[in-house]
Amino acid sequence: MNGFFDLPSDLQHSYLGLVGLHLREALIPVLAGLIVSLPVAQLCVRFRWIYPPVLGITTVLYAIPSLAFFVVLIDYFGQSETTVMIPLALYSLVVLVPAIVDGVRSVPPETLAAAEAMGLGAVRRYFQVQLPIAVPAIIAGLRVATVSSISLVSVGMLIGNQGALGNMLYDAQTYHRPALAVNSVLTIAVLGILADAVLVLVRILLTPWMPRKGATR
Amino acid sequence: MNVLDFARAFFSDGAHWHGYDGIPTRFTEHLTFSVEALLIAAAIGLPVGLLTGHYGRGGNVLALIATAGRALPSFGLLVLMFIWSGFGTLPVMIPLVVLAVPPILVTTYEAIRSVDPSPVDAARGMGMPETRVLFQVEVPVALPLVLSGLRTAAIQIVSTATIAAYVSLGGLGRYIIDGLYQKNYDKVVGGATLVAGLALATLVVFWALSRLTVSPGVRRSG
Repeated sequence: MNGFFDLPSDLQHSYLGLVGLHLREALIPVLAGLIVSLPVAQLCVRFRWIYPPVLGITTVLYAIPSLAFFVVLIDYFGQSETTVMIPLALYSLVVLVPAIVDGVRSVPPETLAAAEAMGLGAVRRYFQVQLPIAVPAIIAGLRVATVSSISLVSVGMLIGNQGALGNMLYDAQTYHRPALAVNSVLTIAVLGILADAVLVLVRILLTPWMPRKGATR
Repeated sequence: MNVLDFARAFFSDGAHWHGYDGIPTRFTEHLTFSVEALLIAAAIGLPVGLLTGHYGRGGNVLALIATAGRALPSFGLLVLMFIWSGFGTLPVMIPLVVLAVPPILVTTYEAIRSVDPSPVDAARGMGMPETRVLFQVEVPVALPLVLSGLRTAAIQIVSTATIAAYVSLGGLGRYIIDGLYQKNYDKVVGGATLVAGLALATLVVFWALSRLTVSPGVRRSG
């Protein structure tokens, strides 16, 4: 009964169940961050003066320690998954917004002029030219945001066992089973590295025109 | 009662201002741990980053270290170290340093490597030895980025040192952890306010540092 992947029943999940929970708690915030940062970044590209204050705000939000963020949100959302996910989504902005802004700005003016000459309107130009060219930069940002998010979810354990795989850390202590903590740390690290690899694959699939070698970062 | 009322209740209680669990003591503890961890991490990360960046080698290895460093959950590492080696400063210091080295290392490497090669060539052409090329040309130009790496590391340390209260470290995180267990929400919010304040102060310190140390010419072009 005490195999490496057998979990105490108070976790209320199987090992794979916790993995699923962990991925959900980590990835939804990054997705939400991406959805918010695309229009924000576009505004920053259009109106240059917005960019420095936006950067300032996201940097300040990022500086606030996750635990402090969680406990303040408890007052509004209780000890729930939402409380864990909101700060994670906000943290992802500090990486995603600059990544998208840099990516969209790096589109050469000749390319934009060509798109305009072909009769593309602002909307189609954005979706068919600027966004695809910015994909490598966006994915680079997503990689950092995703991996950090996966690693940070475990802190949610401190606010009423909302830390998915992080909850194993509590049991590791109470039941004196260090193997649980080893399992938790390793699983989270492996999940992060796998997510990173998946995103690299997505970039290769989305940008078939990029050279295979030398494009890695 | 909202968050502000909780914070006001916490800070207006005189008992929180002295003794071993007083704000000054906890604040000093937190600051000491954070500065020590940052200094150790910088002592490891800066030289390696400067050297690899200067010679432009080892980028792939560093990228791997960066991903691994981000993927390792610092909180998990903290608890694991605590279970393995018990109470003390060391089990807390190791995860903090492990967490802080990758951002310093990788940003320093990137910063030095992305320095415009023409002034570097010019410096070599003028007969500067490699050490002077590194410290008088590359480092000043790369300084803003190097500082941003140190800033990221410092902020992550401050934030993780908060979590370290869970494994019996002192510091400001104590208020949050103890408060949660005691269902004393004043304490939780007070602690969170202090920690957030310290993190913001860290930002300000690094901003001031870059104002003071980055050459005006570099700042304008950056």
